[in-house]
Amino acid sequence: MTDSPPNPLVTFDGVSLGYGDFTVLRGMDLRVMPGQVVAMMGGSGSGKTTLLRAVTGQLTAQAGRIHVFGQDMAHLDGEPLRAVRQRMGVLFQGGALFTDLNVFENVAFPLREHTHISEQQILERVLDKLQAVGLRHAAHLRVSEISGGMARRVALARAIVLEPELILYDEPFAGLDPISLGITAQLIRTMTDQLGCASILITHDVAESFAIADRVYLIGQGRLIAQGTPAELSSSQDDYLQQFLQGRPDGPIGFHYPLTPAFERWLSTRKAART
Amino acid sequence: MNALSQRIAALGHGFVSMITGLGAFARLFGAILARSGVVLRRPRLTAQQVHFIGNYSLLIIGVSGLFVGFVLGLQGYYTLNRYGSEEALGLLVALSLTRELGPVVTALLFAGRAGTSLTAEIGLMKAGEQISAMEVMAVDPIRRVLAPRFWGGVIAMPVLAAVFSMVGVLGGWFVGVMLIGIDPGAFWSQMQDGVDVIDDVLNGVIKSLVFGVVVTLIALYQGWTARATPEGVSRATTRTVVSGALAVLGLDFLLTALMFAH
Repeated sequence: MTDSPPNPLVTFDGVSLGYGDFTVLRGMDLRVMPGQVVAMMGGSGSGKTTLLRAVTGQLTAQAGRIHVFGQDMAHLDGEPLRAVRQRMGVLFQGGALFTDLNVFENVAFPLREHTHISEQQILERVLDKLQAVGLRHAAHLRVSEISGGMARRVALARAIVLEPELILYDEPFAGLDPISLGITAQLIRTMTDQLGCASILITHDVAESFAIADRVYLIGQGRLIAQGTPAELSSSQDDYLQQFLQGRPDGPIGFHYPLTPAFERWLSTRKAART
Repeated sequence: MNALSQRIAALGHGFVSMITGLGAFARLFGAILARSGVVLRRPRLTAQQVHFIGNYSLLIIGVSGLFVGFVLGLQGYYTLNRYGSEEALGLLVALSLTRELGPVVTALLFAGRAGTSLTAEIGLMKAGEQISAMEVMAVDPIRRVLAPRFWGGVIAMPVLAAVFSMVGVLGGWFVGVMLIGIDPGAFWSQMQDGVDVIDDVLNGVIKSLVFGVVVTLIALYQGWTARATPEGVSRATTRTVVSGALAVLGLDFLLTALMFAH
């Protein structure tokens, strides 16, 4: 008996992504295997969230091919797309909790929509997931009664309640206090190991993601800049990479928004208006 | 010449965007109808909306109905009194309410009370990424969010109009019989005699159903197409009231012409 290597859950082959005529990212090649925690890193506005929207099928590639669970996302629509989405969980940047439901009902939402399990089983599973994020005793609260960090943890519980094969986290560490941050990072790692699923983190938090990731992709300047294990990236001498990892103000990544003709035109009309 | 062509272009652009908007509106209506199976499969979702939309509008509808009834009683009495036929007050109040004021005023209040809250709710759900989250969870937001709200509004509206008319008749009775002293027997018997179940009551119910469909759909469409910003949501709620009110008044004229032409 031979052990064939597992199929990748997500593959990008020469993918370009953007909105309308505007291209945000080009030439993206990446692979996510079952059991892996993969971190996609980059500065603000580098196109990390665009990448995530391509995996969920909210955005189609301008060029290249995206496969999720072996299915070509370019031709997926309607029921087949829903079938693919049912196998993934997504944690949105702001949590995206349903404001007309309480904490418990938010986490129960995917179970009620996609399964036919009994009310008793729903109660058990939801409380179990809320326990994992430390919010079992907040199940009865309204979404307006919990803090931003708590909302993120509820959204995390909702993303994992169906025990998906692929979990996408959009900025899971933003706005969390140090304790929740460490616990959330560990939770992502243990969830991935226990379920044998894959996790994709969209983040710019270097320390936490390097501690749990199997593979890191760094994007910037509209392309993939570096990839490898956290150890490989840490030892790399690449200027861009080192500037990002160490958070240095000087280096190839500019802090200032680039000067454009549109800005110069705007400024000259402002100045002309004053005189 | 250039200015003229620009004006013509702007006119054409306005016309095209109006037609496009109507097309999008009709498509959303079709999409909601196509996904309305959820109403039977999960009646609880619609029941919640009937409660939310209907129950919270009940107070404003009841109080408005009462005052409209008071005014109808007073004005009707002043006018009928000139011809010595104040016993017909019951008939006048009941016909005005069941044929016109019940459905129309209820629909206008409904657009202001329930319509705006539907638009704002859906607009804010968009702004908070809740609609995207639902799509990514493989849940169709038109089926899960819009269809139950649509049917909730369609069911609540005729009930609210009936409550309005009923309270209005009681208001007319209070002013006419209790305060002014019209004979109660004449008040009720003229009403019983002159109001036809099919011609008056049923036509009123049909009107309120049509208004329910139109106002709820406008509210949902405005929320669904609102820009996901505070300004976008505030504009959308305003548009719900303005387009809702205009649609109700315009349709009322059409329906009246169709229903009461002999």
